[in-house]
This record gives sequence, structure tokens and C-alpha cells, in this order.
Amino acid sequence: MTERVSPGRTEPGGRRWYSIAAPTDQRDDDPRMTATPALAIELVGIHKRFGEVHANKGVDLAVRRGSIHGIVGENGAGKSTLMSILYGFYEADSGEIRVNGAARRVRSPGEAIAAGIGMVHQHFMLVEPLSVTDNVMLGAEGGPRLAHGARQVRAKLAALARDYGLTLDPDAVVGDLPVGLRQRVEIVKALVRGADVLVLDEPTAVLTPEEADGLFRLLRILADEGKTVILITHKLREIMAITDRVSVMRRGEMVATLDTAATSPAQLAELMVGRRVLLRVEKNEARPGAPALVVENLVVRDAQGTARVDGVSLQVRAGEIVGVAGIAGNGQSELLEAIAGMRPIAAGSIALDGAPLGAAERDPAQLRRLGLLHVPEDRLRTGLVPSFEACESAMLGFQDEQRYGAGALLDRGAIVAHTLAEMEAYDVRPRAPLLKTAKFSGGNQQKIVLAREIERGPKVLLVGQPTRGVDIGAIEFIHRRLIALRDAGVAILLVSVELEEITALSDRIVVMCGGRITGERLPDRTDERDLGLLMAGVSDRAA
Amino acid sequence: MSAAPIELPRWADYVLVPALAVAAAFVIAGLVVLAIGENPLESTAILLRGALATGEGVGFTLYYATNFIFTGLAVAVAFHAGLFNIGGEGQATLGGLGAALVCLQFESLPGWLLVPLGALSAAAFGALWALVPGYLQAKRGSHIVITTIMFNMLASALLVYLLVNVMGRPGSMSPETRTFVPAAHVPFLHEILARFGVVIPTTPLNGSFVLALAAAFGVWLLIWRTRLGYAIRTVGANPSAAVYAGISISRITMIAMMISGGLAGLLAVNEIMGVQDRLLLEFTGGYGFIGIAVALMGRSHPVGIVLASLLFGVLYQGGTELAFDKPAITRDMIVTISGLVILFAGALDGVFRAPLGRFFASRRRGDA
Repeated sequence: MTERVSPGRTEPGGRRWYSIAAPTDQRDDDPRMTATPALAIELVGIHKRFGEVHANKGVDLAVRRGSIHGIVGENGAGKSTLMSILYGFYEADSGEIRVNGAARRVRSPGEAIAAGIGMVHQHFMLVEPLSVTDNVMLGAEGGPRLAHGARQVRAKLAALARDYGLTLDPDAVVGDLPVGLRQRVEIVKALVRGADVLVLDEPTAVLTPEEADGLFRLLRILADEGKTVILITHKLREIMAITDRVSVMRRGEMVATLDTAATSPAQLAELMVGRRVLLRVEKNEARPGAPALVVENLVVRDAQGTARVDGVSLQVRAGEIVGVAGIAGNGQSELLEAIAGMRPIAAGSIALDGAPLGAAERDPAQLRRLGLLHVPEDRLRTGLVPSFEACESAMLGFQDEQRYGAGALLDRGAIVAHTLAEMEAYDVRPRAPLLKTAKFSGGNQQKIVLAREIERGPKVLLVGQPTRGVDIGAIEFIHRRLIALRDAGVAILLVSVELEEITALSDRIVVMCGGRITGERLPDRTDERDLGLLMAGVSDRAA
Repeated sequence: MSAAPIELPRWADYVLVPALAVAAAFVIAGLVVLAIGENPLESTAILLRGALATGEGVGFTLYYATNFIFTGLAVAVAFHAGLFNIGGEGQATLGGLGAALVCLQFESLPGWLLVPLGALSAAAFGALWALVPGYLQAKRGSHIVITTIMFNMLASALLVYLLVNVMGRPGSMSPETRTFVPAAHVPFLHEILARFGVVIPTTPLNGSFVLALAAAFGVWLLIWRTRLGYAIRTVGANPSAAVYAGISISRITMIAMMISGGLAGLLAVNEIMGVQDRLLLEFTGGYGFIGIAVALMGRSHPVGIVLASLLFGVLYQGGTELAFDKPAITRDMIVTISGLVILFAGALDGVFRAPLGRFFASRRRGDA
């Protein structure tokens, strides 16, 4: 009934990973191709360059209609670029996009929407003070009279609720909705605009485990009803749990497309990195010493006077890692910044090595001198200056050290040499101290920050989201460094929204919700469900 | 996610794009010239010849460029700290006041002492005048654009009051001070060279030009080679990283504004101590504002600023000649051309950048 050849074979000139992909493809495809030939999306030979960076090198992708297709890859592997090309943010240098078998040009998000492609961004594109109806209608008002468009949107919302169980209160103000429902608004926005293909970029980053499960159930319903879902994620667990097929990208190339049922997390990780990876962190028992960092009844208020940290007490002893778990935005960031001296504290006390810190010492520069160093949560907004050369970012916070030059002048040679040494020690690639910081991949940027902070021999290290947007190979490296630092007697306070990371690294776990600590656990005596409840604010059941 | 960043080779970024902007400005200006019945090619030739063909023309061009370098650098330093200093006019005005106070007060000092003192005073007055908006921004959050504009008006009102009521020459109708002693005069270039037996045409070009070039080098050194410059750039590029690094944003804001104001104040060395030899009204002549365009076009880099200043110097000097030769083309026409250059170089930068980006991208594809 069709003359279409299996996508695996349309591309002439086999590539070296073909041995992995082809057998799976052929075994499964041939019978199914004749039964359900429909491909919702095909990308053929996509090339995209940004200056020196070849982000997509002849990428092919075939996504079956009505399936959930995962795309995994390390950061900088080219997943986001590929999806941006599909959604019209970028135009490919060469290559073809086919939607339902027909070649289409997608030069703008508007053209992507017209082609039935919808995108749910990692960071929501919503207007918080407006209602759900207004947000959905935005950009699709259907004429100058709002009432008419609003009526239509309401009818569509009702239809979506009926067909997919996508219930939403059309009059609710988006700003009042929990994160999971805001994401639902984004999905509804795409569907109302007639999307048959939904692209979700790291959709679970902001969700609790329960909310993520809810999202996955919804995606499954959508796929069963004939919608196509493309899921970009770096969490292999999610790939295994929800997708039908999975494509792996590495260094701008599509290295394999596999049936999820026929693969394993270990195989996917190996394909992503190109070598075998340990998914678990190996560590010995901690041998904690004296309390190095003691926080008591800390209260931190934001500009509006709301208490973001509301009476938090915790202590970190030398030689232990204390993990702070919680959904993003529950006061962990403010806690870290307050301890690091970047935010004023409204009440409470912080003591370092048994000595309480006065107001004059709670200043980032002073604290650095006292041995409290800080790997901030947001590399690009806080930890580095993206527009600076890497060597200039590598001295941020330590710019007054004598090694960078005596007096008022900076010694460029010393700065570059020092950065190069740090880059060697932490395997930063490329080893280019003069390259702009923004041009390094997320993992390498994080290594620049870690090298800068760890190399100074901290007593207390604050670490925020050490592996956010960092590829698997670098995650392994960073985790090993942190464990080694702990074993060397450093007190580490770790904040992460990745539960796996918290449980893998921490010797003790505290959970924050709404600015308070809702419970403390030992990593081997808890599980995701237990932590998830604490993260959702269900107070401690005195385990 | 936003649109793709446009990547250009460095030479295209720094030379080709500004050159295209200037060319486009001339083409459009040429159409206007055509519309009023003059020959655009001939007019362009007169303009260029007037600015560059004679020693006198070159002298005037460099004299104008001196003012642009000072004000362009002033805007650039503030810009590196993320501040938009619109107050160059006011700071230069106060610089004039500072220079005049010293030159009138210490008339008995020898020139080698009086001229540097006058220059220092000009810079200090400009710096202090800029410190007030800087302080208000740093400590009170008052927007620097608004306050510096207000301070331009305050400065010009203050100067009128002082010249009419306090410092004015007794018995004179015009609001200006008495002429400075000869020792306070920054020597003209033709005077300096005459001492060595070299005769060049008499122009207002004076020692301030050398000071301007030194200031450009100093700004380069400050911004890219000192700890203070590092702190200034960090505050400008990423304020939250500055907080993280223990750099005080309010302190850097005030320091950057003072340096900026000081540079603007130096304009008075050229105009007041170099050419007029007395303090008078409106000597800033809008250079403070065009400094914004100069900094924009020079991409806030001292080399770019010097080049952009030369361009504006050519426009000013050549334009004067053109207005003299062609009565149909008035000085307003020159303002129009300057405005078009500013428009294309500053506001419509992307007009050339985007297609050039595509062109270079397609060439790379061809190579691959």
C-alpha cells in the first residue's frame, strides 16, 4: 500500500552506528510499516552550524504518528537545536522537514503551528495575571472582538476536557495555578491551535514526581487518540517509563533509534556518551567531624516582604554531604544565597566553624576568605559572565587575588596560564581560556565553576544544582569530585531538584517546602514516594 | 529561546557593518541633496575635500574629533557598567566651570602647572556632577537616564546664572568671563610646531587632541587590564554575578559614573582652555549627545570610538565647507547626514547584520 521505504534505509551511506540501529529497525519496522505506514514527522539530513559549532550534522529522524518518541542526548548533543529547527526558531542550513509525508518549510513558529506542530517549552510562556481562557486565546483571538474568540476557546477547552480528560477551569487565573496545571495550560494552548505533534522540552524539570506521573498519563491518552508526542529529556527513567521509541543524539549526530522495549538505561547511557557509564555513584561511609556550618532559625524575606525561608535550622558537619531536596521555588535558592551572603537575612543566625557570623562577615567576598565557597545554582546568571572570556569567568569572585596580578593591573598571562591549568585538571573542553564563556557547553561551564571553587580548598562548599543541564559524562565526573571533596573533610550543602542526585550523593537529606523544612531522612531509609510527599508539604509522619 | 545569534567574522563586525551604515546614510542623504536640486556626487566630493584635502581642513577635522573622543569615551565607560549616561552635555558644562575657576583664580601660575591643574579641575567638576546621578541610581534607584537628562538642564541653568550674575565680565552685555591669562591656554598645534620651524595652517587643533588619544588608551587599559575595569564590566554584563563575586554594584556604579563624567568634563580643555580662552554659554555644542552615537558606532571600544570620532569630525568640517560652497545646502543638511549615520549605525544595525550573517553562513555551507 505504500512505496515508502523504512526511514532507516532511505539514507544512503550507512554510518558507523548503523550496526546498533539497523537490526532493531528492520526487525520491527517491516511488518509494521505495511500495517501503519504513517510517519507524522520526518527530518532528513538536517545540518545546522553556529559559527564554529556544527550543532546538527546530517540528522535524520522519523517519528510515527500516534507514538511517544523520546529524544535523549547529552547537553550540547543537538537535541534542542533539532527541535528548534522543527519549531521554526532556526532554519536548517540544509535538509528537509516532512510533515505527514509532505515536505514543508518551517521558517517561523507560526509556520510550525500551521503545520500542526506545537511546542511546550521548559520555561512556560504564560501571562500570569490573565485567565486560562485569555492565555489560550493569546495570539489566536480570531478578530477584533474578544468575546467571539473567547466563546470559541471555551468550546474547544470543553472539547479537550471531554476527549482527553484535560480538565482546566477556564476562568482560573494562571498565576494562581500550581506548576503542573500551568504546564497543562501550555499543552492546551498547543492543542487548541490544532497541533497534531506535541514537542515537550524537559517537561518534568519543574514537576513533583506525582505531577510527572499525571503528565505521563495525559501524554499516553493523547498518543492513544492519535496525537504524536516528541519528548526531549535527559532522564533515562522517563524515557523507559513513557516512550514507545527513543532516538539518541551524540555530538550533533543521530546515533541510534530504538524501540524502548528493546533497550535499557545502560545501553542508552552508553550510546549518549559513547562509552560505558556508571549510573550509580560509588562512595564509602562518611566520617563526619565537627559541625562546620550551623544555621539556626533562618528567615529570609524577598523584596515584597514574603518569607521565602521561614525558620530553617540545619547543620552540616565536616566530611558530610547534606542534600536539600524540594521542588524548585520552595526556598532552597534563597537559603543558599543567604548563607553565601548574597541576600540579607531577616532573622536567625549562621555560624561557620563554631563562630557566629556578624553582619560584616556575611558578605560574599568575606565569606570566601573564611573558606565558604559557593557553586551557585544558575551558572549563566550568577556563576559566570557569559560574555566574558573563559579565563575572566574563571577568576570571578577571586579577582582580587594576587596571583592574577599585583596592584590595580591584571596580569593577562598569569590569568590565562592559571585558567589553562584548571582546565587541564578538570578536563574542560575545549582548553581555550580565550573562548567566550557562553560558547562552552553546559557541562564544561559547570566544570569551570567547580574548578574555580574546589581548587581553592573550601571548608564549606555550597553547591546548587551541580548537574543541571550537564551531560552524563560530566555528571559522573562532578559527582566523583564532590564525593572526593567530602572524603577530604569538606562540609557540603547540596541543593538539587534532581531526587536521584540528592539520594545518590547525600549522607543526610532534608526536604524543603514553602520555605520550611518538612522532614529529614537518611538516603537508604527513604524512597521517591516518601520524599515526594515531603516535597509536596505533607508534613513529617515521624518515620 | 530567542532568534539565532548572528555570527559575523570580526572584520565584518567592526569594519564592514559600520562602513555599510555610513554608505547607506550617504546614499539617502544624496537623495535629499538631489531633491533640493544639487548634485550629490559633487557635494560629497566637496565635503570630503573640505575635511581632508587641505591641512587646514584636516586640522579642523581633528579639532572636532577631539571633542567626540572625550564624549564618546565618557558614554562608553558608563556603558561598560551597564549605565546609559545621557548627561555628557551637563558634565562637560561643569567641566568648563571647573577649568575656568582654576584659570581665573591662579593667574600667576606658570603654564606648565596651570594647564594640567585646569584639566584636572575640569575632570573633577565633571566627575562630581556625574556622581550625583550615580549616587541616586546606586542608593535610591532613580533611573540614570532621567537624572542625567535633568542634570543637563540644571547645568546649563547654573552656567547662565553664574555668567550673568557672578562670573561675568563687569560692564559687558555678553554672558562670558574675562579672557584667561595666556599661561592658561593649551597651545595650538601650529604654535607648537612653529617652535620647531614647521609651518602648518592655523587651526583650532591643540594639545587636547593628544590628551584625547591618551584618554582613549587609558580607557582601554582601565576597562580591559585593571581590576576596576573587570569589576565595571562584570556589573555591566551580569549584575547578579557581580553580587556573587562580592563586587559592590552601588560602589562600581558611582565610580563608573565619576570616570564617565570626568571624561566628559575634559571636553572643556579643548573648547574652553584650547580655543575660547574664556568661559561662555553653550560651548558644549551638542557634543555630549553625539558622543552617544560615537560610542554606539565604536562599539564602546576606544579604537572604534577614535575612528567614529574621526568620521564625525569629517562630517562636521566637510559639512561646514559644503554649506559655504553650496548655499542651497545649509548646516541643517549636515545635521541630517549625521542623523542618518547615527540612525543606520546605531538603531538600524540589524538591517545589515542579518543579511550579512546569512551571506557568511551560506559561504560557510559552500565551504563545507
